Amino acid sequence: MNEMLLEVNHLQTHFYTENGVVKAVNDVSFAIREGETVCIVGESGCGKSITALSLMQLIPENGKVEAGEIHFAGQDLLRLSKKDIRRLRGNEIGMIFQEPMTSLNPVFTIGEQMIEPLQEHLLLSKKDAYKKAMALITMLGIPNAEKIVNLYPHELSGGMLQRIMIAIALSCNPKLIIADEPTTALDVTIQAQILDMLREIKQEFNTSILLITHDLGVVAEMADYVVVMYAGKVVEEGPVLELFANPQHPYTKGLLKAKPVIGERKDRLYTIAGQVPNLVDLQEACYFADRCEHAMDICRMKQPALTTMANGQKAACWLYEEGENR
Amino acid sequence: MSETLLEVTDLKKYYSSSKGMFKKFGDAVKAVDGVSFTIEKGEVFGLVGESGSGKSTIGKTILRLHDKTDGEVKYKGKDVFSLSKKELRHLRVETQLVFQDPFSSLNPRIRVGDAIGEAMVEHGLVSKQEVRERVLEVMEKCGLSPFHIDRYPHEFSGGQRQRIVIARAMALNPEFIVMDEPVAALDVSIQAQIINLFSDLQRENGLSYLFISHDLSVVEHLCTKIAIMYLGNIVEQASKEELFKNPMHPYTKALLSAVPIPDPTAKRERIILKGDIPSPINPPSGCKFRTRCPMATDLCAEKIPDYHDAGGGHFVACHYV
Repeated sequence: MNEMLLEVNHLQTHFYTENGVVKAVNDVSFAIREGETVCIVGESGCGKSITALSLMQLIPENGKVEAGEIHFAGQDLLRLSKKDIRRLRGNEIGMIFQEPMTSLNPVFTIGEQMIEPLQEHLLLSKKDAYKKAMALITMLGIPNAEKIVNLYPHELSGGMLQRIMIAIALSCNPKLIIADEPTTALDVTIQAQILDMLREIKQEFNTSILLITHDLGVVAEMADYVVVMYAGKVVEEGPVLELFANPQHPYTKGLLKAKPVIGERKDRLYTIAGQVPNLVDLQEACYFADRCEHAMDICRMKQPALTTMANGQKAACWLYEEGENR
Repeated sequence: MSETLLEVTDLKKYYSSSKGMFKKFGDAVKAVDGVSFTIEKGEVFGLVGESGSGKSTIGKTILRLHDKTDGEVKYKGKDVFSLSKKELRHLRVETQLVFQDPFSSLNPRIRVGDAIGEAMVEHGLVSKQEVRERVLEVMEKCGLSPFHIDRYPHEFSGGQRQRIVIARAMALNPEFIVMDEPVAALDVSIQAQIINLFSDLQRENGLSYLFISHDLSVVEHLCTKIAIMYLGNIVEQASKEELFKNPMHPYTKALLSAVPIPDPTAKRERIILKGDIPSPINPPSGCKFRTRCPMATDLCAEKIPDYHDAGGGHFVACHYV
């Protein structure tokens, strides 16, 4: 088996707002091996993006990583100095965001933005950096590299910009790429191109990918391992085949049933009643209890822990807890 | 026998991109470039396309929210663009719109109950005394609780706001609703609730919808007839069953193969289209899809393909079908 690249243990990220403390990431643990794609899936506000931003320590000012460990290639990221973290970002860890339009600086050309990390991290000369940028663009199958490096972001389409973002993320040969909803803002046919590109990169360079998405279709196509989040917590995780074939947590089951699928006609869609709880005043309980059709008394009193099943899948649900824990 | 509710013939809508003070008209953006379709009473018509295909422009033009460039739109046999003021007011009651973004569709300073009831009073459908009762009735139908009536929009989540917008549209007892990406901004679990609400309202009230979406799985679930758009034209149109069983246009095939399926064991042939959607200011000659089409030939660059019936009401615009 491949070596462990990233290990996140009991991560807690809190936001301090006027209304109280929001536990955006509440005791989250997961791991990524070399060459593995891990998908974090969940709906808006479940903490999936903040988990990714916590890894890079890019969380907004009113937030703070309160506890936990993030081991990346032998070092604890939370103990690194600001300078050392800067050396990692864009170098060993590349990042792609949802909106390619706002991720690039509008007043610099594509070329200028591409050579910056190359000069900064790989210490290339300007000329070599330009050459490498050109090579990256060509490698990603974008025609007219010489022309594109001189264009400004507004002159390119969303799909093209996202490809440039991927090129920038790849430029320093990162070990890990964090992609936060990389195709959500794109059309389906362009999404297919970008996902295809990410798969090729993974195969060619053995890069690990942490993919954040809300789309179970994307998860099924990309992931080796899936982590399902709800209200700041991991509610279920497992290898992709097992998780889709045999979802355990009622939330995962509900998500899979609620999504209309082409070729599967149903009279009515399955719905999960109610809505996501307010993260400010959460009581000790299973956070999904109010929306769960299997909710029992214990669900409203005590939080279930993530329990490992026989096949290695994990779920945090009282339905699967045995004996004394209860 | 079904009854035709809306008939659109060769509709065109160009936006002129103005270029400075003196040169008034620059190159026209051909947002909708000759589109024809009909919607029967009680039908849910799906209009699918990627960004810039002109699907939203169609929705707004057929309700006369802005002018057409050419073509004809008939609602219940009457030309929408030559209605008298009084008739137009009547059209505004019978037809309604629901937009994608429930956050910008509601005035933040108007209470939910007033937002839903305002149009009813304005159009004289109910008296001021009855309005509250009627608003509560509609709210209940749309899954809102009575205590929501005096709240402001910011107190609601996205899914609930979309319910408010739907309630506002339903308040006038419309016959025809244009839905422009109404669930695109919602999470999966909420999306399912709203889609079910659409089906219920449609069935109970015999409504017709023009359902505009980029999401083929939602369209398949909800619609009876589907049209696929590319760069201002409909390239294919058929009943739902026929379109998903037997897609004919290369673009439809590619679109269908690009939708990610939530099943990691699914094996299928993926058609990955090359390149981006061309600019509607300067679309390719002949067939507009030819620059990305895996089967394009010289003929496709020379001649615009006919939009023809390939059998049994399955319309398609391609030289090789």
